[in-house]
Amino acid sequence: MKQQIVVSGRGGQGVLFVTRLLAEAGLEVGADVLTSETHGMAMRGGTVISHIKIGNFRSPLIRKGRADTGLFLTDANIPIHGAYVRAGGMRIVNSGGQGEYAGIDATACAKELGSLLATNLVLLGFAVRQGALFCDETVMCRVIKQASRPSQVELNLRGFEKGLAVTT
Amino acid sequence: MEKKILMGNEAIGRGLVEAGCTLISSYPGTPASEILESAVTFAGEAEDTVRTEWSINEKVAYEIALGHSYTGKRSAVAMKQVGLNVASDPFTRSAYLGVTGGLVVVVADDPGPHSSQTEQDSRAFAQFARIPVFDPSNPAEAKEMVKRAFELSERYEIPVMLRPTTRVCHARQGVTLESVHNLGRTARFKKDSSRWVATPQFLTGLHRGLNDKIDEIARLPEMYPSRISGSGSAARCIVSSGVACANVYEILEDLGLLEEVDLFKVDLPYPLNVDFIEAINAGYDHILVVEETYPVIETQLMNCAARGRISKDVPDYGELTPEVIEKVLKTFLNVAGGTEEDVKEVKGVRPSLCPGCPHRAAFYAISTTFPKGIFPSDIGCYTLGMNFGGVDTCHCMGACISQGAGLYHAYAADGSDYPTIVVTIGDSTFFHAGIPGLINAVFTGARFILVILDNATTAMTGNQPTPQVGVMADGTPGNAVYIPDLVRASGVRFLEERDPYDIDTFTSCLREADRFCRSDEGGVAVIISKHPCIMDRKALEGQKRYRVEVTDECTGCRICIKRFECPSLIFDEEAGKVFVDQNSCIGCGVCEAVCPVGAIVVQETGGGA
Repeated sequence: MKQQIVVSGRGGQGVLFVTRLLAEAGLEVGADVLTSETHGMAMRGGTVISHIKIGNFRSPLIRKGRADTGLFLTDANIPIHGAYVRAGGMRIVNSGGQGEYAGIDATACAKELGSLLATNLVLLGFAVRQGALFCDETVMCRVIKQASRPSQVELNLRGFEKGLAVTT
Repeated sequence: MEKKILMGNEAIGRGLVEAGCTLISSYPGTPASEILESAVTFAGEAEDTVRTEWSINEKVAYEIALGHSYTGKRSAVAMKQVGLNVASDPFTRSAYLGVTGGLVVVVADDPGPHSSQTEQDSRAFAQFARIPVFDPSNPAEAKEMVKRAFELSERYEIPVMLRPTTRVCHARQGVTLESVHNLGRTARFKKDSSRWVATPQFLTGLHRGLNDKIDEIARLPEMYPSRISGSGSAARCIVSSGVACANVYEILEDLGLLEEVDLFKVDLPYPLNVDFIEAINAGYDHILVVEETYPVIETQLMNCAARGRISKDVPDYGELTPEVIEKVLKTFLNVAGGTEEDVKEVKGVRPSLCPGCPHRAAFYAISTTFPKGIFPSDIGCYTLGMNFGGVDTCHCMGACISQGAGLYHAYAADGSDYPTIVVTIGDSTFFHAGIPGLINAVFTGARFILVILDNATTAMTGNQPTPQVGVMADGTPGNAVYIPDLVRASGVRFLEERDPYDIDTFTSCLREADRFCRSDEGGVAVIISKHPCIMDRKALEGQKRYRVEVTDECTGCRICIKRFECPSLIFDEEAGKVFVDQNSCIGCGVCEAVCPVGAIVVQETGGGA
């Protein structure tokens, strides 16, 4: 199994946490994992992207047009990072509007749960529901429980399940 | 053995502890910051006492590691590439004098650069100092190379560098955790003045000895680069190292050309194995070198026909992203077209200071109080003050104070009507390299306002504690050192402390400071702008919170957007007015003072002691 995923968003939206969950999930299913992240100054609200490669790879970076799946925490990033996703790949987008992608208003869902911090988890759940990821919800739930801060486990799981429950 | 997802920096920190290293010192800097934090996490698994510390700068960190190594114990020091500029003095001499216990110098480079002021290649610095350097291509390999580096270091009594790049430091990978090697060494410093004092009379001998070591290392068969593709008799070869090599391999694989090209992976770019140099030059007419960021391997090949960064077949600047490498490979291998079209780069959102950041308030007060002022600044989150007119210069750690003095003397020579110069520096940067500049400025009669932005942390790199916080890297208490004491001891005669959230009080203090600078007895005036970083949850919960709204009085003048630049104040193009993004607003209430027509209104909702 091989899968290449990009996660795009703005600093503070939880791109790094989603990256970590996907990496842990890769390990959980017994695959090789390589990821790449943005740190430092760009994290102060700037545009950020992570690359996740599941399977036998050597480089942590994904070339433009090679990603199988793209998770976009804001639709504003589609013009910036949309080109990473290959033709026929899946774009999973946090968006109130519509476009050539599978969209969900993850921000609104998170608000309903009482915390915008869950936005990234809602999008992740939706991605699993869309079959856009290499792993299923059982694996992801296990990883969320392991990787979340104790005070955040419940909110993260609720966010994930909320995204999982959405059908389009 | 347990496998765990580790970031490159975590893998390096783990590798240091596994290798029996008992001292790891560092100064935080992207992309190297997590190395020490990782060592702190794993240090508990060692039976030997492992000492970890955030030193005040890289030079100090290097010298601590040297002293520790002199006793026979394994030591390591970690920094970013420009940190090595600061540590260059002890670094270069340590090659001549050598070490006793292994010393591994981890220097993280930042091609691109993503978060640095240069994209210099530390392998070239290692070559300059004649220190061997490893170039890892992924986190697991970086951990393995830590061990090889210690072995090489002790075998030749020489410091050895490990040079990861951002793409290794911030990559994550499943890494096998191995058991920690407990060396059980006790400190034994053996006096030898010909070596540890090494006055000039000894140095030609030490220099010759260093050259002999490097010559020997260049002949080690285990450092001979390995061929990872091709038959060994292909017409073309590629020599590569680090993460660039990983990209070359994957692109060759995608192009179906793995069998057609002999790809050699270099683990030790300096000194490059001499038998390899001979074999490559004799065996191939077409050689391409792909490396980051300077031509270190390429120059050692001493082959004018080799293609690379000198010949400009590989761009001689910037990060070697997979897209760049793909283009280079296709040209070198005569593969027709199909290169991903050059999509026009769409710029993302620029970073800005967080909503509620105390620096924003300080910059706003400074730039509005002195509209004709000059504002030298420095390295940290606060460099982002450039977005809204609060920062005019940024050079290298601590430079702002002396640059401020240089600016002052240039203007003062032309007459007494000099512009007000307000220098801003963060608390951690002040400790790092600001103090000598301050003493110098006071002594030489410079007149400017120095605002020390004291947010009680090293925010940009992940909130590491400063010496004033009094907590050491492992969470144990240290002996706190206070900034006001240092300022007074530097001879400063005007010192005030203000909370920048109170813009009016802060502004009057700035005016008072300017009057002091311009008075007969004037000099450097220091204001400590004191308010904790709001990334610190406890600090955030401890401060008053307000509900902030913009009323219909808003005229759409955008002053709050241009001069204050809070991400929570957003201009609604349709309505022609500003609104508050309640999701990101932390309710600091500072912006109330910014609106010229009083359209920003605040109402206290809680918090505060």
